[in-house]
Parts: sequence; C-alpha cells; structure tokens
Amino acid sequence: MSMNSVGRPTQPAPVATLPGAIPATLGGGRGLLQDEGLIFERDGWDSSGVDLPEPSHDASDLGDLVRTAPIGLPGLSEPEAMRHYVRLSQRNHAIDLALYPLGSCTMKHNPRLNEKMARLPGFADVHPLQPQSTVQGALELMDQLAHWLMTLTGMSAVAMSPKAGAHGELCGLLAIRAAHEARGDARKRVLVPTSAHGTNPATAAFVGYAVEEIAQTADGRVDIADLAAKLGPDVAAIMVTNPNTCGLFERDVIQIAELVHAAGAYFYCDGANFNAIVGRVRPGDLGVDAMHINLHKTFSTPHGGGGPGSGPVVLSAALAPFAPTPFVVKRGEAYELVEYREGEAAKAFGRLCAFHGQMGMYVRALSYMLSHGADGLKQVAEDAVLNANYIKARLSGVMSAAFEGPCMHEALFDDHWLEGTGITTLDFAKAMIDEGFHPMTMYFPLVVHGAMLIEPTETESKAELDRFCDVLLLLADAAKAGDVERFKGAPFHAPLRRLDETLAARKPRLRWRPELSTNVAAE
Amino acid sequence: MLFTKDHEWIKVDGEVATVGITAYAAEQLGDVVFVEVPDLGKVLAVGDSLAVVESVKAASDVYAPVSGEVVEANGDLAAAPETVNADPESAGWFAKVKIADPSQLEGLMDRAAYDAFLASL
Amino acid sequence: MRYLPLSPTDRSAMLGVIGAATIDDLFVDVPHAARRDRPVDLPFHQGELEVERALSVLAGRNRTAGQGPFFCGAGAYRHHVPATVDHIIQRSEFLTSYTPYQPEIAQGTLQYLFEFQTQVAALTGMDVANASMYDGSTATAEAVMMAARVTRRGKAVLSGGLHPHYARTAETLAKVAGVEVQRLDGAIDSEAAVLEAIDDDTACVVVQTPNLFGTVTDVTAIAAAAQAKGALLIVVVTEVVSLGLLKSPGEMGADIVVAEGQSIGNALNFGGPYVGLFAAREKYVRQMPGRLCGETVDADGRRGFVLTLSTREQHIRRDKATSNICTNSGLCALAFTIHMSLLGEVGLRKLAAVNHAKARDLRDDLMTVPGVEILTERFFNEFAIRVPTDAAALVETLAGHGILAGVPVSRLSPKGGMDDVLLVCATETTTSSDIAALVAALKGAF
Repeated sequence: MSMNSVGRPTQPAPVATLPGAIPATLGGGRGLLQDEGLIFERDGWDSSGVDLPEPSHDASDLGDLVRTAPIGLPGLSEPEAMRHYVRLSQRNHAIDLALYPLGSCTMKHNPRLNEKMARLPGFADVHPLQPQSTVQGALELMDQLAHWLMTLTGMSAVAMSPKAGAHGELCGLLAIRAAHEARGDARKRVLVPTSAHGTNPATAAFVGYAVEEIAQTADGRVDIADLAAKLGPDVAAIMVTNPNTCGLFERDVIQIAELVHAAGAYFYCDGANFNAIVGRVRPGDLGVDAMHINLHKTFSTPHGGGGPGSGPVVLSAALAPFAPTPFVVKRGEAYELVEYREGEAAKAFGRLCAFHGQMGMYVRALSYMLSHGADGLKQVAEDAVLNANYIKARLSGVMSAAFEGPCMHEALFDDHWLEGTGITTLDFAKAMIDEGFHPMTMYFPLVVHGAMLIEPTETESKAELDRFCDVLLLLADAAKAGDVERFKGAPFHAPLRRLDETLAARKPRLRWRPELSTNVAAE
Repeated sequence: MLFTKDHEWIKVDGEVATVGITAYAAEQLGDVVFVEVPDLGKVLAVGDSLAVVESVKAASDVYAPVSGEVVEANGDLAAAPETVNADPESAGWFAKVKIADPSQLEGLMDRAAYDAFLASL
Repeated sequence: MRYLPLSPTDRSAMLGVIGAATIDDLFVDVPHAARRDRPVDLPFHQGELEVERALSVLAGRNRTAGQGPFFCGAGAYRHHVPATVDHIIQRSEFLTSYTPYQPEIAQGTLQYLFEFQTQVAALTGMDVANASMYDGSTATAEAVMMAARVTRRGKAVLSGGLHPHYARTAETLAKVAGVEVQRLDGAIDSEAAVLEAIDDDTACVVVQTPNLFGTVTDVTAIAAAAQAKGALLIVVVTEVVSLGLLKSPGEMGADIVVAEGQSIGNALNFGGPYVGLFAAREKYVRQMPGRLCGETVDADGRRGFVLTLSTREQHIRRDKATSNICTNSGLCALAFTIHMSLLGEVGLRKLAAVNHAKARDLRDDLMTVPGVEILTERFFNEFAIRVPTDAAALVETLAGHGILAGVPVSRLSPKGGMDDVLLVCATETTTSSDIAALVAALKGAF
C-alpha cells in the first residue's frame, strides 16, 4: 500500500489544563480579540489613505492666513483603517449581539431597511438650502412623518426640528413659556416627580423656572394630593413621564391633567417610554399638551454609540402657535417649508438649530412606521409590555421587584434581595458582563435603592428572554450562596476589567499628547 | 469644633471660622475628584451654598453654617482633591469665613452631640 | 411581522407564566376614557418591497446634488466620502451600540471618541475638545452660554458674518438665559466690526471664519481686544475642511472654537444629522457642555477610556448642569474620525488645497460673466457674488435647467437688503464642465 499520511494529529492531545493554569498570551492579543493602540501611536504622520488630484492653483492669494504649523494628524491607508476600526468594534457590546436590557433606552432591533432607505441619494445627497421646488419629496416625507406622529399621539401639531430628546424638552418648555407670556402671565415654577430623568429638571432650570419635586406614593405613582398642594397660579407646567420611570402607568393621569389645567398650567409629557403605549393609547387623550418623542427609542433609529438622536415634539392646539420655525405646510399639491414668521405668527419662540432637523432620522423612522403600520405598532407596545412582565414574573421569586402589580414595558427591581450578601447592584451588573449581557440601567430612578431597570423591548424572542432570565437566576443564586469574589472582581472576561473613574476625574487626560507617557496611573 | 446636621464642621478662631465636611460625609461621598471653592469676598447667608464637592457620580452642595464673608479658600484642593478623603477635618478644609453673626454658632452641635446624631441616622 | 419574533404560542405561554388572561390585563391602569376599540387611523403594515417603493417615490421627487452642476454651501458642504467610512459605521458594534456607560464593554466607542477629541483639538489648535454636540449651530449657542458662565457677564456680540441660522439659534438660547445679544449687520468682510462693540459687560464675541460670505479673517487682533476687556473670543467654523489650509483659530487666540463637522465623513442629508465640534482652553474644561472621554487604567493596569467629568452633566447635576444635553452625535462623530484618519494631515492639506483651487477657478470664470461682481476678496472654497437680478429668482430659473447655482443670501436673511447676492461654493467634487455650465447659464440669464 502507499503510505499517505496527513502529517499532523487531528485530535486534541489529552493535556490536562487546570483552571488558573491557562498561559497568558505573549503579545497582547487574545484569540479573536486584537490589542489596538491609538492612531497617534503609530508612525502615520506622512501617510494618507485618500488619493487626491494636484490642485490647479497654490494658496499664495491668502498670504499669512495660510497655516504653516503642523496640525498633528496621522493618516492610515484603507487596509490599516479598516483593521483599526474593526478591531475597535470588537470591543463593543451591541443590540445585534444580545438582549440589551437598558431600562428607559428602548434598545430594540434597528431594521436595516431603514439604513438602506436613508442612503438613497434622493435623501442623502440633497442640500438643505436647495430651492424648495427641488426638494418636494423631502418636504413630503417630513409632512408624512408629522402626520404619523400626530395621529399616533392624538395631537394637533408637531415641532420636528429638535435634534434629541433633551432638545425636544427644551422646545416644549420654550413653547409653554411663550404661551404664558403671550397671555401676560409669566410663571415661575415647574413641578417634576422625584423619579424624573435628569434632563427634566435640567431643562426646566435652564429655561428659568424654579424646579419643585412632587412626592411619589408607595405604589410608585405621582402623589395627587402632593401635586394639588403644590399647584398654584405661579406654576407654568408639570413634567411627567408616562409610563413613568418606574415602568408604571400613571393611572390618575387624566386627573393630573385636569388639576394642572385648572391651575392654568400645561402638561409636558416626557415621551421616552412611549414604546409601552404606542398604537394603543394616545397621549392627547390623556390631556397632554406637549410631548417629545425619541425617534431613537420608540421608532428604532440607531443608537450609534450615543447618537445622533431626534426629538420631535407633538403639541396641543393651545401650544401649536408657539412652535419654533421651520415647519412644513401643504399648500394645494405643493409642500412649503416655512422658515420665517411675521407679525401675529411671530409669537413662535424662534429657531432651535440650523436647517430643518434630523432628516436622516426622519427617513429611518418613517420606514419603520410604514413597515409596522397601525396594527404592527399596536403589537409593538403589547409585545414590549408582555416581554417586560414575563421577565418580571420569572425573576420576582428571587429578585425583589420595587412595586407590586403589572409593569409596563420595563421592570424595576431594587437591591433588597441582595441584603446581607455584601454584593451591590453595581457588582451584580458587572457579573452580567462576564455572562455576555450588557447590564440593565442601574441606580435610576433615584427613588428606589440600588435600582435595576430592565427593558427588553418587543424585538426579543422568547428564547432570548429565557436565556437572559436563566442567567440572571443563576447569578442571583450565586450571590445568595456567598460567591462574592465572582461579583466583586467582575468583569473578568471582558476586554478590560473595571476602570478607575476616580483617576480619570482627578487627572483628566482628554486627548493624546506626544509628550505624555502611555500610562496615566504612573504619574 | 462645632457641627451641623448637614455634616459640615466649623472651627472658630476669633472672628474667622474655618469650614469643611466631616469624616462621615467624606466617606459617604466616596472618592472626591473636585472641589469648587468660593471666591474671596463672597458674602454668604447661613444655608447658602459655600462650596460644591464632586465625586465621580455625584455633586454635593456644602452649606454655610454661619453667615459671613469668605476671606480665604483652600487652593491646595485644586491639585489634590483627595485631601478631602484623607484628612477631611483638618487639611481638607474648604474656606474661611469672617463671621457676621456669632449668635448663629449657638445652634450648632459639639462633637458629642454630632456623634450622637450620627448614631441615630 | 418581520421585526416581532413572538409567535401566538409564545404569547399564550408567557401570559400563563405571568398569570394574566389576556394582554389587556396588563394595560389595566389605562383610564377607560383613553382606551381604544380599534387601531389608530393609519395604514396597516407593509413588506419591505412596498416600503422601498413608497420611499423611493419620495426620494425620486428630489433633485440630488450629484445630478448636475452644484454650487451650494452656506453651512453644509458636498465632499466625497470614501466608501470605507459608511461601511465601518454600519458594523453592528458601532451602529447598534449604546452610550458607553459600561466602559469595560464599550472600549471601541470610547477609544474612537478619544481619537476624535484629539483630532478636533489638533485641527482647531485648542487644548481640549468634547465628544461632539448635535451640530455647529447648537454648539455655537452652548459656547455663548458657557462664556456667560465663565465671565459672569450678560452680553454677547455676534458678528455680521455669522451664519444667520447660527445667530438665531444662539439668540433663542441667549434669550432664555437672560444674555443680551447684539447682532451686527451683515457685511462681506465684517468680522472686525465687533471690535467697536466690546465693552466691560461683554461675555463673548462670536466671529465666523470663513464667514457666511466666504471671507477669511485673521482674528488675532479680535482675540487680543476681547481678552483685554475680559471677554472670550468664540470662533465659528462652518466648513471644517478650511482648517486644512488656514491658520487654526487656536493659533490666533480663540478661547472657544465651535464648528460644523459635517464636511468630513457625513453626507448633506438635507440638513441633518450633523456633528458639532466644541473645543476650548484647558482652564475652561469644567465649564464645557457635552460628553468628555478621558484616559485611565483598569484593575489590571491596562490603559482604557471612560466618560469623565460627568458631574457637569444633567444626569448628575440635574438643575445645576452646564447644559441639558444628553445625546452626542455618536455615529456622525465616528464617521468624522474615520474619514479624518484616512485623510491624515497630508490628505487634509491636499483636500483643502484642491477645494481652494477649484474655488479660484470658479471665481476666475465667473469674472468673465458681464454683470457678475465678485464681492469676497479672500476666501477658502466659497464666496459671494452680486448678480444684476434677484438672486433667489435666478437660482430657481437655473434649477429648472438642471443647475443648483448656489444659495441666495435672501434665503437666510430675507430682510438683509442683499437680494442680489448669491453664495457660490466649489469643492473637490466640482468639475470644470460644471463651472462651464454655470457660466454659460448665467451669461444666458441676463
């Protein structure tokens, strides 16, 4: 016979590896995970990854205005750039990897159709200041989106331009302030529940109002008696989130609206949690006067590592005249972007930003809305609420829910169940990282001790929900069984261990500089 | 040394009072990363914000235990905020205030009373 | 429904575990008056094909910049973005990740933000930059607020060359904060006019270079005059490619530099999303709005990055925050960083040189058109011309011939008395046949 052989073994050798005896790698890489420095730490000062033609003129006409000192920017060829950023990307968790349970953030799947639509040249390669006759499709899209937003919320008008939720809050409060001033009734206070998101009091204070807190009842809702006591003729508005930041529907919301209106004040609703009720409940039917909608939450535009967002604000008929410019109106068959208001209509408080708003996010949001439709959006809210309650039901035996009864789209736990273990909410969250999950929102809302706020959203399968709950139950058992090191030292398996935030705040190093050592702790 | 219910301490030397936060407060705050001390000459009423102490995750107001004018501020804290954690009741002082109304000192606690207050929390 | 994984069987099983009979039981707290017996009055769901068709129809009703000769600028610029940029930002780990609040599993985002901050500081010639703002106009408004906080003064002077949208945005915020805004009249070469308006109550002067009309200004004297009176100089840059050719605002003495970063990495997108750049002197860092990314080490001594100096921000300071901002412009900042990394200094300088050269070509050829007057003397890639007719009507007519001839000043400043002034811009995407077509059309128009 001919003795052909493979020349190497095809089964793993029976070498016993004790845990803890895994050899550290020598070069810094770990399997698929590459070590990657800063672009400034390689010698790219004279390189470029972009080919450009030679300019036909020099810049002698600009004399001394021309830069002579070096800028200090390295360049990368395309292969190097691709490697650099792909290596960085491997160090991020993402919705596309696993259930991302951040309460209040609505980490739902980002449909890729939206990305394709936003990149159509007819949307992407259009300048905001082209003649309006050349952008009728864009204006029509804005009008359609506005129609969807107004119909879903039961409101009369929508200010589209705010660039993020907090920007929308500013827009809403400025409209409210303008409305009071138009009546010659400038007011001084804004009421905010103790559970409010930080942007609410920050925005109110910026607009010049004194912020007063409204107490919460034992079952996690706005205390109507406290609200009634604090209302008065100098209250401009209340800012309420509904469902609230504890994940609970404010069952007395209509009464809240009536009390607020009776005092001559306006009801601002923070729409961050709209995902729980979209397609089923219209804020306009609850007495809301203004509500910002986070397109990057309820309407799936991507979180992108922190932005960009988009925060259009729906407005009641009373507040509509005070909306900022610009906005789209339909005149006959044509669409017009109104950029200036004269005379009577100049009551509007002005412009919030350059140009017309986050068109790229409008395209994505409308693509999402058209895909889901009225029936799909109603299903979104129902599945979001169902998924959160399912998690609550599976975990409540072991973890302590902050409030009894059904929740809406997010389930809130406190840290009572960890008492005596020596393990904190933070430690528990860091251990989740080792198990492959991004931690839930921690320590928010402030009204609950050691808060853990879990929002799965409707795009999670039952299998993924079960996987998540199974892991949390295993971790909870380990916590109660006294496996403290697992939690205190976590994470062990992430690209980095816990980071020294004190050092970063005491000795801020906010940019690379050639003369600094690479190890900030060595200073 | 006298103490307030908001965990400030005050050490009086003639007309001038040195103000800081207690060891208990420093421990509750965690690692101090920055202190915003008041400007010289600032006139404070009792209860006004005298300084702001920042840890990584929180910013806390320090209230003036007495009314008065700021005559000195602790410039060392800018470079070494960790002094507030290491030595809160001495080197970690925030500001010195010229006391406007000495009678305000009467309402403050001495060390024994403050310790009893802490035990009750 | 393709985005909803739960099946009817799943839903029943889950309701069983929860102990609810129907989904309506979970909405029990909704007041009866607000309960609906039917879905909202909007169309039902559609497949991808139908949605693509509907949106393609809308997209098809817009004239794109690439369809013909294109000369619009005025705060948004058409540049060529390398294919790599859009490809990378669509990676799952960048597109679908969140704000890096858990740094151990967000070093990808945090490291690129650190690189972004370094690039922005280097470009602007400043000590420190933040992790981006919504856009250049809101960054400008926030800079005015910051100057008021730092100086504890109540007046802001805005030059006549500042983009009118930026000026209006700053006015909106300033009015809220009780800062008095003095807007100087628009003029082609007007930045130095701010010198006369500075007094002891001035918190800041805001100048733009290149300004709305394209004029490039050496702001060194303005910086000195402002600082002599204890005021801050805020320099605005709407075309960030200009920083590849021109002296940086930091070099000229600026205290705060704000810019629109859209030109690098980001498409025109009909006005958004864009990316605001914000840079300042080291001593002002704790008064800066927006997120900041800083370097540190982990428990094993390895270098890493975290969001830092968070106590300035709304989630901690609440009503005492430096700003109410929560979001940055994440993915747009990433696109900026990738494009800037590909360009490098060498590429950026060349790109800027090509832009300037194209604009000089445009100017030289426009000078041959009888009736056209070149108004801007020193420019980067954009300048103002006077035409012997209403500029907006002219632009409309030329659009009908397939040419997007630029931005009439009256579009931004309807009462500015400049109805015959047109802003024209050329970038590396402008060809000589584009320029020839514009010249021919103008010659035929009057």
